[in-house]
Amino acid sequence: MMLVWLIGIPLLGGVLAWAAARVHPRASQVLSIAALGIDLCLALWLRGSHVQALTQSGAWIAQVQWPWIPRMGISVHLAMDGLSLLLVVLTLFLGIMSVAVSSSDVRDRPGFFHLNVLWSISAMIAVFMALDLFLFYVAWELMLVPMYFIIALWGSENRIRAAVKFFVFTQASSLFLLIAILGLYFVHGNATGNYSFDYAALLHTALSHRAGVWLMLGFFLAFAVKLGVFPFHGWLPDAYGEAPLAGSILLAGVMAKTGAYGLIRFCLPLFPQASNSFSLAAMILGAAAIVYGALMALGQTDLKRLIAYTSVSHMGFVLLGIYVWGQLSLQGVVLQMISHGITAGALFMIAAGLEKRIGTRDITRYGGLWHVTPRLGGITLVFALALMGLPGLGTFVGEVLILLDTFRLSIPLAVIPIAGTVFAVVYSLWMVQRIFMGESAPRPHIADCRGRELLSLGIMAALIVWLGVYPKPFLDTSAPAVTELRQSAPEARPVITSPRELLARGLP
Amino acid sequence: MLNCLWIVIALPLAGFALLALAGSRMPGRLCALVGAGTVGISAALALAMGVSFAVSPPEGRQFTQTLWSWMSVPPFSPEVSLRLDPLSLVSVCVILVVAFLIMLYSSEFMSGDEGYSRFFSYMDLFVAAMLVLVLANDLVFLYLGWEGVGLCSFLLIGFWYKVPKNVVAARKAFLVTRVGDAALLAGIFLVVNKLGTLSIPEVLSRAAVSWPANSGAANAAAALFAVGAAAKSAQIPLHVWLPDAMAGPSPVSALIHAATMVTAGVYLVARLHPLFTLSPQVLFGVAIVGAVTLLAAGLAALAQRDIKRILAYSTMSQIGYMFLALGVGAFSAAEFHFVVHAFFKSLLFLGAGAVIRGLNQEHDIFKMGGLRRAMPGTFWTFAIGVCSLCALPLVTAGFYSKDLILSSALAAHQGGIWLWLAGVIGAFITTLYAFRMLFAVFFGEVRTQVSKGSGRNMTLALVVLSLFSVIAGFCQMPSGLGGVSLFADFLAPTLPQVREGVGRLQGSLSLVAAIVPLVGIMVAWTMYLHRPRFLQGYARLPALAAVHGFAKQGFGFDALYDYCFVKPVVYLSRVNRRDVSIAYVGAISRVAEALHYLLSMTQTGRVRWYAAGVGIGAVVLIGIGVLL
Amino acid sequence: MATVPLSHALLLSAALFAIGLAGVITRRNMILVLLSAEIMLNAAGLAFVAAGSRWLAPDGQIMFLFILTTAAVEVSIGLALVLRQNHLAKSLDIDAAGSMKG
Repeated sequence: MMLVWLIGIPLLGGVLAWAAARVHPRASQVLSIAALGIDLCLALWLRGSHVQALTQSGAWIAQVQWPWIPRMGISVHLAMDGLSLLLVVLTLFLGIMSVAVSSSDVRDRPGFFHLNVLWSISAMIAVFMALDLFLFYVAWELMLVPMYFIIALWGSENRIRAAVKFFVFTQASSLFLLIAILGLYFVHGNATGNYSFDYAALLHTALSHRAGVWLMLGFFLAFAVKLGVFPFHGWLPDAYGEAPLAGSILLAGVMAKTGAYGLIRFCLPLFPQASNSFSLAAMILGAAAIVYGALMALGQTDLKRLIAYTSVSHMGFVLLGIYVWGQLSLQGVVLQMISHGITAGALFMIAAGLEKRIGTRDITRYGGLWHVTPRLGGITLVFALALMGLPGLGTFVGEVLILLDTFRLSIPLAVIPIAGTVFAVVYSLWMVQRIFMGESAPRPHIADCRGRELLSLGIMAALIVWLGVYPKPFLDTSAPAVTELRQSAPEARPVITSPRELLARGLP
Repeated sequence: MLNCLWIVIALPLAGFALLALAGSRMPGRLCALVGAGTVGISAALALAMGVSFAVSPPEGRQFTQTLWSWMSVPPFSPEVSLRLDPLSLVSVCVILVVAFLIMLYSSEFMSGDEGYSRFFSYMDLFVAAMLVLVLANDLVFLYLGWEGVGLCSFLLIGFWYKVPKNVVAARKAFLVTRVGDAALLAGIFLVVNKLGTLSIPEVLSRAAVSWPANSGAANAAAALFAVGAAAKSAQIPLHVWLPDAMAGPSPVSALIHAATMVTAGVYLVARLHPLFTLSPQVLFGVAIVGAVTLLAAGLAALAQRDIKRILAYSTMSQIGYMFLALGVGAFSAAEFHFVVHAFFKSLLFLGAGAVIRGLNQEHDIFKMGGLRRAMPGTFWTFAIGVCSLCALPLVTAGFYSKDLILSSALAAHQGGIWLWLAGVIGAFITTLYAFRMLFAVFFGEVRTQVSKGSGRNMTLALVVLSLFSVIAGFCQMPSGLGGVSLFADFLAPTLPQVREGVGRLQGSLSLVAAIVPLVGIMVAWTMYLHRPRFLQGYARLPALAAVHGFAKQGFGFDALYDYCFVKPVVYLSRVNRRDVSIAYVGAISRVAEALHYLLSMTQTGRVRWYAAGVGIGAVVLIGIGVLL
Repeated sequence: MATVPLSHALLLSAALFAIGLAGVITRRNMILVLLSAEIMLNAAGLAFVAAGSRWLAPDGQIMFLFILTTAAVEVSIGLALVLRQNHLAKSLDIDAAGSMKG
C-alpha cells in the first residue's frame, strides 16, 4: 500500500501545485517541495523499517498486487527491493533539488511546470517499482509526455527541435520495447497456456535462441536509447542542452537511470542466454562510449553539452558494468548511478548559475571567475573531480568496482576504460580551468553563490563525499537485490578466458 | 601513544576543512597559525610517537590501526587502515618536519598574496594526503593518498591561476602523473585479482608464497607499479611535467616537487620491495631508468637559466639516484637518500625562493649575481645546500647517502661497474651545475639590486634545514669511516640490509667517488667564475649551440608527446565537435524529407493526370488480382 | 423474346467506360470532362443492370438507382464548381485549375 502512496503523492501534489499557482506562484513551488519531501520521508522510512528484510537475500521490502485487466493477465504489481529503493530515493532527492533551484527561470505558467515535473517524477518512481510488464510499459511511456512539455515549453532557444528529437527517439525505441513485450507475452502464453504480463511468471520462459536474441534486442534498444548509450545518444546532447534546469537534472540524473534499471531488472534476467551472447558487443559499446564521450566532451564549447557528453562517458561505465554481470560490477553500477545522478545534477545547477551570471553557456567566454566566485569555484572543482573519479568521491567507488570486475573477466576489455579515465582528467580539469582560471574579462560585478544555491550545492557536495568515503550503507542496501538478480540469471555472466578467445568470438 | 596515529592525519585535514570553509573570513595571521599550527602539532606528535616507537617498540616492530571498512564487496574490501613501521615512521617524521618548516617560511613568503588562506588550506590538504599515502596499510587507501597528493600538486602549481602558463602547467602535471596512476590502478587490480587481498603486508606475504620469482604475474604487477612510481617521481620518459611544475610558488616546489610528493614513487617501490625482488628484470629496469634519468636530467640542468628549472632537473637527477639504489636492491640506501634529499633540496628551493622574492620575481640566474653581500644569510644556507647536493666529502649529509648508493651499486648482484660509473659521472655533472648556479647567483658583479630582504621566519626555516642537511648524514656512515649504521638498523625490520662492498677495489673506487665533487668544483670555478671567456668561445660553435638548445628543451620529449598524443586528440575532438557518430539521425530525417519531396512532385494539380493515374492504378491492381 | 447475352452487355459497358475515361483524360474543357464522367457512371450502371438481369436479382437495378442519384448530385456540384472556376479563371480549361495545388 505504501508503494501506491509513493506514486500517488507526487501525482496528487502536482494537481494541487497546479491549482495553487492561481493563488501565488510561490505557493506552487512550496507545495511541490512539500509533496516530494513527504514522499522522500516515506521512502526513507521504508528503508528504516525494513532493515531486517534487507539482510535476508531476495526479500522484497514491500510488494502489492491487484488485478487490473485479469482477462489478459495484467495486474497492478508494484514491488520494491534495495535497488528500486535507492533509485526512488535518488529520484525524489533530485526532484526536490530541481524544484528548489528552478524558481527563477520559470516565470511562465509555474503551475503547469510543477505539474509536469511532479508527474514525470511519479512516472519514474512507477517505472522503478513496476513488476508487471504492461504496467511498466505504461509508466515508461507516461514518463515521456511531461518531460516533452518541460523541454518544449520552458527550454532555451532550440527547445522545440530538441523536444521533438527527444520524443521521436525515445518513442520509436519504445515501440520496439512494446513489440518485444508482446512477443514475450505470446511466446510464454502459447507455451504454458498462462497468458500473463507478470515479471515472476515470465522470468524463466523457455525461448529458442533466435527468438531470445530478437526479443532481447527490442528491450535493449529501448533501454539503451534512454541510457544514452553510444551510438544511440543522438537525442541526448540536444535534450540535455536545451532543457530547462529542472529538466536537465531529471533527464541526466534520473531518466538515464531508468534505462540502466530496465537492463538490470528486465533485459538480462528475462533473456540470460541471449544477453550472454550479446554481452561482448554491449561491453565493447560501453568501453567505446567511455572514450568517445570523453573525447566529445573535450571538443564542446557549450557548457551544458559538455556535461551531456560526460554523461555519455559515465553511462558507458554503467553499460559495461551491467553486462559484466558480477556482484562487484553491479554494486559498482548502483553506486555509479547514484553518484552520477548527484554529480550531473550539481553540474547542471552550476551551469545554470553561470549562465544566469554571465549570460551565456559558451565556455570560451568565461574565464578567471575564481576571484569573484570562490565558493562556486570550489564546489565546481569538487564535482569536476567527481567526474574524473578521484578517490574519496562517489564516482571512484563505482568506477573502481566496475573496472575491477571487468578486469577479472578480461584484461584487454578493462584496458580501454582505464585509459579512458585519463581522458576524463583532461576534460574535467579543462572545464574548471576554462571557467574559473586564466585571465578574466572585464565584466560587471557578479555575486558568488549563496542562500538556496549554496545550500543545495553544499548538500550535494557533502553527499558525493559521503558516497566516496563511506559507501557501505548504500552498498548494503543494494547487495541483497543484486545477489537475487544474479541468482535468477546466472547464465548472463559472460565468460572470456583469454584474449585470443575474445578475438575469435568477435561480434555476434 | 601509538593509538593517536589517526590524529596525525586528522589534524591537517581539520586545518584544511577550517580554512576552506572559513578561511576567507579569517585574518591572515590566523590562517597561517591554523595552517602551520596543525602541521606543527602533528609533527610534534609524530616525533613523540617516533621516540616511543624506538624506546618501546610494539610487537613485531609494527603497529596497525584500522579505522573503518571503506567498501565491502567481497573479495574487494579495502579498509581505511594505517600502518606504522620503521619505514613509514621515518617518512612521516621527515614529511611533517619539512612541511612544518616550509609552512613557517611560507607564512612570511606568501604574505600579501590575495590567496593567503587558500594557500594554507591546500598545503594542509596536501600534508594530509601525503600522510595517507605513507601510512596506508591498504593498496586502495594508498591510492587515495596517491591521487590526493596529485590533486594538491595540481592546485598548487596553478595557485596563481590568472597566468595561463601556470594553468597549463598544472593540468600537464596532473595528466602525466595520471597516466602513471592508471598503471598503478591496473597493478592494484592485478594484485587483488590474483592474490585476493588488498592489505599490503598480506599482499607481500601471499605474493612471496604463490608467485615464483620471475613469473608472469609478478613481472606484470611489478612493472605496472614501477610505471606508476616513475610517473609520480618524474623519471624518464614520464618526467615532462616536473620542470613546468615550477610555475607554483617556491614553497610548493620545495615541499611537493622536491621533498615529498615526487619521492612517493621511491616510497612505493620500497614499501612493496618484496614484490619487486620477485621480478629481477623489472628491478633492473628501474635501475636503468634511474641511471639514464640522473645523467640526462643533470645535463639538462646544465643548460637551464631559470633557477627553479635548474633545481627541478636536479630533483629529477637525485631521484634518479634513488631509483638506481632501488634497482640494485639497496632499498634503505634509497630511503636514506630520500631523507637527506628532502632536507637539502627543500633548503635549496626555499633559498631560491628568497632570492626570487628579493629580486622582484627574477628567475634568470644570469641576471642575478653578487648577492653574497646583500643576502648573507641566504647565501650561507644556500651554499650548504649546494655542498650537500654535490656530496662534498665528510662534512655533508649528501656525501654519506650518495656514497651508500654508489657502493651498493657496485656491490649489488645486479649492479656493476657501469651503474657505478653512471652515478659517478652524474655526481660530476651535479657539481658542475650546482656550482654554476651558486657562482652565477651569489658571486660576480651585482646585476639586480635586492628589493626585499628575508625576515625572521624565512631565515629560521633556512637555518634549521641547513643544519639538517649537514647532520642527517652522521647516522649512517660507511665502514671505512667509523661504520655507523643507525639508519639501516632502524629500518632493518622493514627493509633488507644493504650489502656494502669491502675490499681493495671497492675502497679505491670509493675514494675516486669522493674526489669527483672536488674536481667538479675546480672545473666549475674555472669555467664559470675564473675564465668565463673560455666557455663563451665554445658556445658560439653551431654544433655545441644545437646540443645546448636540445638539452635546454629537455631533449625534445615535450615536442614528441605533443605530436604523438596531444595534437591528434585535440584535433580529433575539434574536428568531431558536431559528432559524426550521430550523423545517422540527421540522415534519417533527410531521407524522410527527400521521400516527401518525391511524393509531393506527383501532386501536379492537373485533374486529368490524376484521372489517368487512378485508371492505370485500377488496371494494375485488377490485373494483379486476376493474374494471381 | 431473344435475350441479349451478358457478355455483349458487358462489352458495351466496358467500351462506354473506356470512351468516358479517354474523354476525362484528353478533354480540356470542363463541361466535356463532366460529360465524360457521366458516361463512365452510366457504363457502370449498365453493367449493374445487365448483371442483375442475368442472375434475376433486383440488386443491380437498386444499385443503378443509387448511381443515378450519385450522378445527379455529382453534376450539380460539378456544374457549380465549373461556374465558380469560370468566374475565377475566365476560362473552362481544366489545366488552369492546376494553380490551386497545394
